[in-house]
Parts: sequence; structure tokens; C-alpha cells
Amino acid sequence: MKRENREVMEGSHAVAHAVKNCSPDVIAAYPITPQTHIVEKLSQFVADGELKSEYLKVESEFSAMSACVGASATGTRTFTATSSQGLILMDEVLYNASGLRLPIVMVVANRAVGAPINIWNDHSDSMGVRDSGWIQLYAESNQEVLDMAIQSYKIAENDDVRLPAMVCMDGFILTHTYEPVSIPTKEEVSDFLPEFDPEHKLDPEDPKSFGTVGFPGDFMEFKYQQHEAMQNAKEVIPEVFKEYSEKMGREYNGLIEEYKTEDADVILISLGSVIGTLKDTVDDLRNEGEKVGLIKVRVFRPFPEKQLIDAIEGARAVGVLDKNISLGNKGALYSELLDSLYNSDITPLTINFIAGLGGRDIPESSAKKMYEKTKDVAERGYVEDEIKFVDLKEA
Amino acid sequence: MALEEEEYFESGHRACAGCGLALGARLAMKATGEDAIATCSTGCLEVVSSPYPESSWEIPWIHSLFENSAALGSGIEAGLKAQGNDHTKVVAQGGDGGTVDIGIRSLSGMLERNHDVTYVCYDNEAYMNTGIQRSGSTPYDASTTTSPPGTESYGNENRKKDALEIAAAHGISYVASASIAFPSDLVDKVKKANEINGATYVQIHTPCPTGWGYEGKETIEIARLAVETGLWVLYGKKDGEIQNINKLNDRKPVEEYLKKQKRFKHLFKKEDGSKELEKIQNIADRNAEKFSLDK
Repeated sequence: MKRENREVMEGSHAVAHAVKNCSPDVIAAYPITPQTHIVEKLSQFVADGELKSEYLKVESEFSAMSACVGASATGTRTFTATSSQGLILMDEVLYNASGLRLPIVMVVANRAVGAPINIWNDHSDSMGVRDSGWIQLYAESNQEVLDMAIQSYKIAENDDVRLPAMVCMDGFILTHTYEPVSIPTKEEVSDFLPEFDPEHKLDPEDPKSFGTVGFPGDFMEFKYQQHEAMQNAKEVIPEVFKEYSEKMGREYNGLIEEYKTEDADVILISLGSVIGTLKDTVDDLRNEGEKVGLIKVRVFRPFPEKQLIDAIEGARAVGVLDKNISLGNKGALYSELLDSLYNSDITPLTINFIAGLGGRDIPESSAKKMYEKTKDVAERGYVEDEIKFVDLKEA
Repeated sequence: MALEEEEYFESGHRACAGCGLALGARLAMKATGEDAIATCSTGCLEVVSSPYPESSWEIPWIHSLFENSAALGSGIEAGLKAQGNDHTKVVAQGGDGGTVDIGIRSLSGMLERNHDVTYVCYDNEAYMNTGIQRSGSTPYDASTTTSPPGTESYGNENRKKDALEIAAAHGISYVASASIAFPSDLVDKVKKANEINGATYVQIHTPCPTGWGYEGKETIEIARLAVETGLWVLYGKKDGEIQNINKLNDRKPVEEYLKKQKRFKHLFKKEDGSKELEKIQNIADRNAEKFSLDK
């Protein structure tokens, strides 16, 4: 491990520094809370000449992503960031960016989706666009989100992948929180991330048509190739993590991270910043002699099906914490975990906790209740109340 | 008239016989030349020209969505700038629906930021690709599939949106109207727009035999009549000054233009249709007054 030179800064600024060192050619962005500090910082870098980027102050998130599509198609590296309503305004363009196979990188400062209007954190926004063909990574800490921003370019631009990537960081909880971080220098990033030089681009020297009409006789093959690229990403992402770990000296080991799962009877699963709280909870419970473990889902798209099944094997019950819900069904992570389990050889009992919607705090006491409930399921041998809203106020 | 021999929007596309839009695109691309990148909004132009794996485009071309041609052009211009390319032209293309209705936000943003992009709107005055529905650019009283005449209706009840004035209001240095019936003027205007370093807007009147209800061979005649009646005014506006107005020696009555098209035929059948014809004549008269069209 090399010695880290750490400084304390806000999460938004940390990710802005990391993006700066990736030298994006074109940035297009529109303000929305709690994302704004990222693009404000990037604006300052450009104003001060520390970053040589074309910076488009566009009139909407829709145009931010559209401009990234245009710029990326010319063969340049692009960046944008958004949240919530802004992400949904981009929705149509998200599908287009992935269908055109453009490796745009975007940071999503996760925020609830109205109504009622709410600026605080949950995962309704990015989970709502999980079928848009974007790679999705979820960060636990400010260090992880800045590292993921750099890693994402390398993943997205890989020839076997060529898909856009979304780095999700919890609004306010990470974006506005100061933590010590270590930011790779521009030289270190350049050594890790080669220049972007795609085979296909808009170039008068070699004219090509992008975004042509896909009739029924061809359309499915385009979609199959996108799906194949996502499968390839399952191989590419761990390789990129490994190389990053070696070069930067911080450990990134895979699509998921297991925490004290080896002999666990009960396993909690989640993603994003709540993982920190859950780790503390697991530590406390372990000290009390409880056989509990935790799985952090670092990559949600492509979905780490095999990795999750392997990690869960041996546990009697699994509790999944979702900061989102598909109303009328379940949380996204829980649903997809159930998908994965159905054809597997293991049949743990499962329960879904819906928590932290619209910025409701998830203290360790709540995390402990989730554990108790999951343990109770394990001991009873059946699930009574599969979808449980955590810390609902009494009527 | 000396037009460039080279074609950048090739034949073999799937447009209807007599398509005004196809001719407009062909001329606009000739005016632009090979060192260019073109965008295209969703619509007839994209559909007829790019059935995978075929393409009519001899220059790099990209279609993304219906309402983002201008934003796409903004990004392309920025991408070229970032690569130090100061010579390749960017032409953003859209139909009237993709430009004056659903795409007006991204158009306004592109114009306000003054990107070095020439925006070309092919105006066939309705949503043709989806089956001739009314757009904000559909003229008064025109029959479309969503503005049909009936006992309570004379057709489209609103005036045609003046997108040229809207574009000009952004303070960009050049806007122009053009017509496929005046190819030399059209090419000159697109060339002029391309030469300007900054955002420009050209709106080309492109009659549609399928949507307007006339025979394909009449496209040029119909386009010319729109100009000769004063319903479509050819002009340029450079740095706020109106110039190059195509003055009319003997402005024709609007009936001559309207009666040739099925979309207006109800005006000639309905008992009180003459009152409506008068209103349309008034639109032409106001244009004549505003632009001093009559010699």
C-alpha cells in the first residue's frame, strides 16, 4: 500500500476533482439540488483554466444529455451530473445514449422523486431508469464515488462494453458531507485511463450514419448486442477495479463486497451510503455474538446475480434494504435478488425493508430492528410480512 | 444557376414522389458541402433516409430523438471545438413539429448560447410522418387529421407560429426563410448561414403532396404560389435588419394557392367558406404590408 495524501472536502467537490483529472472534453449540465455543487466546482475549474473543457450551460437536463450524446459521437469524452426530476427529464435521452453505444459518464446525486416534492435522498430516481441500458454503480463513501467516477470512464470506454455509466451517490448524505479523501493526480489518472479514441465517430474524413432506423428485421440484434455488452461488463468491471486497486492502492474487489458473511445465519443486503451504518450495526451485533453479515451491492447494472447467490449461500434468511419501491410491488434490489434466487440451488427466506424514502434517516437502531426482524424470520422459518416499511409513523 | 454537382443527400431514399422535404434537404446539403456534420430530428427525413443498413447521407449524420436536434448540434459543435476543429460545419435539421413545437426548448437554448450551428427547419406545416396531424406551424384553416373541418370547424383554428421571429428574437446574427421553388435563393441563404460564426436559423417551405393533397408533379408550383400570394415570405434578417425581400410584381390572390390543395378544399365547399378565405387573404395582406412585398 502506498501512503495516501488525504484532504478533507465535500463529496461533490471530491468527485469534481476526480472528473477534472479525467480531462473530459465536453461538460453539459443543468442545475438541480443536490447535484449542483459538482457542476459548480467544475465551472470554477474551467473559469480558472485548471480544466480545458467545453462547458455547455444548457437550458435543461434533457439538453444536457442530448449535448453529451452529440459530443460523445464526435469522439470526445463527456460528463454530466443530475438528480431526481432532472434524471427523469433525461429519460428519453438515456435510452438513446446507450442504444448509440456512447460511453458518457454521469454522476447522479440520488434524490427522491415528487410528488410530494422532496429534495432529500432515496434511490427512486436511478432505480426508475434501471432499464435504460446504463451501467449503474452505487457508492458507499466519498472516496468510493470519486474512485468510481474515474473507473467508470475506463469501464464505459472499453471496446467490449461501450456503454454509458451512471455513478450514484446519495444526495446530501454524500454530496454535502465532508470526508477525508485521496484524489489521484492527473498523472496517476492518465496512467490508468488512456485517451478516448473510439473506432466509430462523426468524422467528415470517414462519414458514417448514426441512429438509423432499426426495422423489426434488425432491431433485436441491436438490443442483443447491448445485453451482451452488459454481460461483458461483468468481466471488465472487476478487471478495471483490480488495475485501479494496484495503481491507486485502494482495494476494490468486485461487483459486490461481502462483510462478515462467511458463517452468517442472517445477511443484510443494500447499496449506497447506508452501507456504512449497516457495517457498524453488524460490528455491534457480532460483538454481541450474533451471526450476521452484510453484502454491499456496488454494481447494480449489470446485475451481479452469480456473485450474490454465492455470497448468500449458507444463510438462513436475507433482509434487503431498499431506498425505493416499485409501488404496488417491491423494492428494486429485493425484486432482482428474488429473480436471481429462483433458478438457483439455494432457498433462503427473504424479507424486504423499505427505508429512508425522501431522506428519512436510517439510524443504527432501525438497522438493528431490521436485523431482529430478519433473524425472527430465520427462526420461525417463514415470512409473515414480506414488504416492511421501516419507521413508519403511527397513524 | 451553378449548383454543386456533388450530392451529399443521395437519391435512393424512400421519400414520396414529389417530396418537398427531400428536395429541400438535397439543396441544403449541396450548400453545406462535404466538410460538415448533420443532425436530424425524428420524422420523415430520418425515416426515409436511414433504413438500416442503408443511408442516403454522404456526410457524417446523426439522428437521436424528435426534440433534440439543436441540443445534439450544440454538443457536436462543442466536441469539434474541443478537438481544435474550426472548419467543419454543423447543420442541425428538423421538421416543423420537431422545431417549432416539441423541439423549441432545445432550439432556443442552442440559439441563445450562440453555438456555431446552422439550424435548418423543413416546414411542411404538419406532423407528416405520423399521419398529417396539426403542428404549431400548420396554417390557419388547413385540414389535418387532428384539425378536420366539420359542422363546427373550418379546420386548423390557430395562426401559423412565426418561428423565424422567435429565432430572430434570440439576437442571432442571421435568420432566413427559403422555398424549394427558389433553389438558388435557398442555396445562397444556407451558404450565408454556414459562413457566419454563430447560430443561424433557416426555415424552408417544403410542400408535401401526401399531406397537402395534390399531385407530386405540382410541388414546385405549389411552393411558388405560396410565395407569390404572400403567404410565405422570402426574406433574410442579418443583424436585425430585414434584407433580400423577394418583392412581388403582381401578388396573386390566396385562392390560387389554396384551391390546388385538398387541405383547403372545404373552404370552397362550405357555404360561408368565403368569409374564411377573406381571413386568409388578410393574412397575406398583412404580410405584404409588414414586408412591403408589393412593388
